[in-house]
Amino acid sequence: MSLVLRLSGVSARLGGRDILHQVDLDVPAGRRLGIIGVNGAGKSTLLRILAGVLQPSAGEVQIGDASGQLQNLRRLPSRERARRIAFVPQEEVVAAELLVGEMVALGRVPRTRPWSRGGSAEREIVRAALDAVGLADRIDVPGDQLSGGEKRRAVLARGLAQDCPVMLLDEPTNHLDVAWQLRLLQVFAERAQTLVATVHDLDLALRFFDELAVIGWPAGLDPSTHPARIVALGPPTDVLSSRHVAAHFGVGSVQVPHPQLDQSHLLIHPREESR
Amino acid sequence: MSRAIPGRRLPFWPLTAVLTLASVVSVVLSLAFGSERIPVGEVVTAVTDRLTGEAPGTWDIIVWELRLPRALMAVVVGAGLAVAGAGMQTLVRNPLADPFLLGISSGASVGATAAITTGFLGGFGIYAVSTGALLGAIGSALLVYLVATAQGGLTPLRLVLSGVVLSSGLSSVASFLVFLSGDPRAAQSVMFWMLGSVGGATWEKLWIPAFLVIVLAIGMLAIHRWLDALAAGSDTAAALGVNVAALRTILFIGLAVLVGVLVAVSGGIGFVGLIVPHAARLVVGARHRVLLPVAALGGGVFLLWVDVLARLAVRPQEIPLGVVTGAIGAPLFLLLMGRGQYKFGGER
Repeated sequence: MSLVLRLSGVSARLGGRDILHQVDLDVPAGRRLGIIGVNGAGKSTLLRILAGVLQPSAGEVQIGDASGQLQNLRRLPSRERARRIAFVPQEEVVAAELLVGEMVALGRVPRTRPWSRGGSAEREIVRAALDAVGLADRIDVPGDQLSGGEKRRAVLARGLAQDCPVMLLDEPTNHLDVAWQLRLLQVFAERAQTLVATVHDLDLALRFFDELAVIGWPAGLDPSTHPARIVALGPPTDVLSSRHVAAHFGVGSVQVPHPQLDQSHLLIHPREESR
Repeated sequence: MSRAIPGRRLPFWPLTAVLTLASVVSVVLSLAFGSERIPVGEVVTAVTDRLTGEAPGTWDIIVWELRLPRALMAVVVGAGLAVAGAGMQTLVRNPLADPFLLGISSGASVGATAAITTGFLGGFGIYAVSTGALLGAIGSALLVYLVATAQGGLTPLRLVLSGVVLSSGLSSVASFLVFLSGDPRAAQSVMFWMLGSVGGATWEKLWIPAFLVIVLAIGMLAIHRWLDALAAGSDTAAALGVNVAALRTILFIGLAVLVGVLVAVSGGIGFVGLIVPHAARLVVGARHRVLLPVAALGGGVFLLWVDVLARLAVRPQEIPLGVVTGAIGAPLFLLLMGRGQYKFGGER
């Protein structure tokens, strides 16, 4: 299976503090990879490194092209990188003086000249992206007139407009109501060949992704003094076993089959009640 | 509250056409005002005589050699400050940023004060103060650059902090120089210089700032999409394929040179670079492609009329431009904000 991204021995340091230590991670083409972990473990940092927005303090990030050939991400011109990887950061503020459509049109920056005007073809792409997140009718509305969830969807539409084979989304489901959480992830999975996203909702993670990576600390390592690493990696049903969930998230859990649908759900409860 | 109000903006092309026309008309009209009131018809004749190569008339010297360069200088400086202010607000992503944020005006005032009080640039003759200001401006910008880079890069917060800190440090140096000289006239000319004037404009002084304003404005327009991305945040810009560090460095250098030259020819005229970009965003939105031309034209017309007012208000004295821009700008801006529709970024 060809790879789109590969991290080898990647460590990260931010503000004088070690965040990640010796992370190895392969992102195969055509898969949905979920990144989970407790608050502050370094999920966003990992995603920023994968996106080429943050340089690791050690190790190497490689990007694979269509033929599976790997190349150091740093050596790829940033414009070319942005045509292959779309990255939507967490908690981005939507500028009030930009119309929603103008903000989404920023997604076309990697594919247009810096002086170009955009034009009707671009407007169609923007409209299609907004349509996919259910905001087509808000294209000419100022950004600050959207609700929190709508803003999140609009920013994600910018990622869609970027039209890349690889999408990296940091907490895409934040602020979204339940219907949109799943629908939005599906929209992205359809548009991009490969999807990497961080999520908080473990049940959503269990149902949606092909593979999960847990960022955290091995037993016996003090989180306050040690950088995090990948402590579990594999199919969601394995990664979210009761043992793993208890060790890495500090709660009890049980996977139960949905009574009508062919899928598992994760029930979560305080640890002391587990048996 | 969530009711959409689309179409509140003014259309870009008609507005630009109106502003361009207003600039030309304003320049000609402004030539009529001054210590000697000249009928508008005579002004037009004096200008057209020159342009068509006719023999110069009665008003030729006053109109062509004194007032026209001054009027054009006001337009150039106003446009330049507005463009620099818009660029600075994007560079540091801060609504309170103005062209002088990077300590440039304080650095310039140190240089100018040194020139006025010590006469150490006496060899430059009438250009001594301008030269001192330019040296001081470039020196302080360099200092901000080095401090910010040494601390890890030209990030918005570092630029703002080092700029603000160096500004107040350099201001006290300038004050100290005035205090040392013990010459009350020096103190007065330093103050007048710092508040700004285009009174000394000549054709020879005009072309460097005019050239720089045009180059910077066109340069920024040529990368308007990158500037839009940068305004959205550094991670977003980087994710969109913009080389953030390089763009910030280029923008910083361009703005520092432009503002340094503007301060050298006109002193520290406040408020224009702060409010004109905000006013422009209010009427055409925040995309740089429309923001920069509207801000430039608006800033030019605004400062031109400010200069006319400064000449007329307490004749035969001239009020420093910074006084007028502050007196007009502050209430005007409060009025604009008071309409409650304007936010910079996501803040209310």
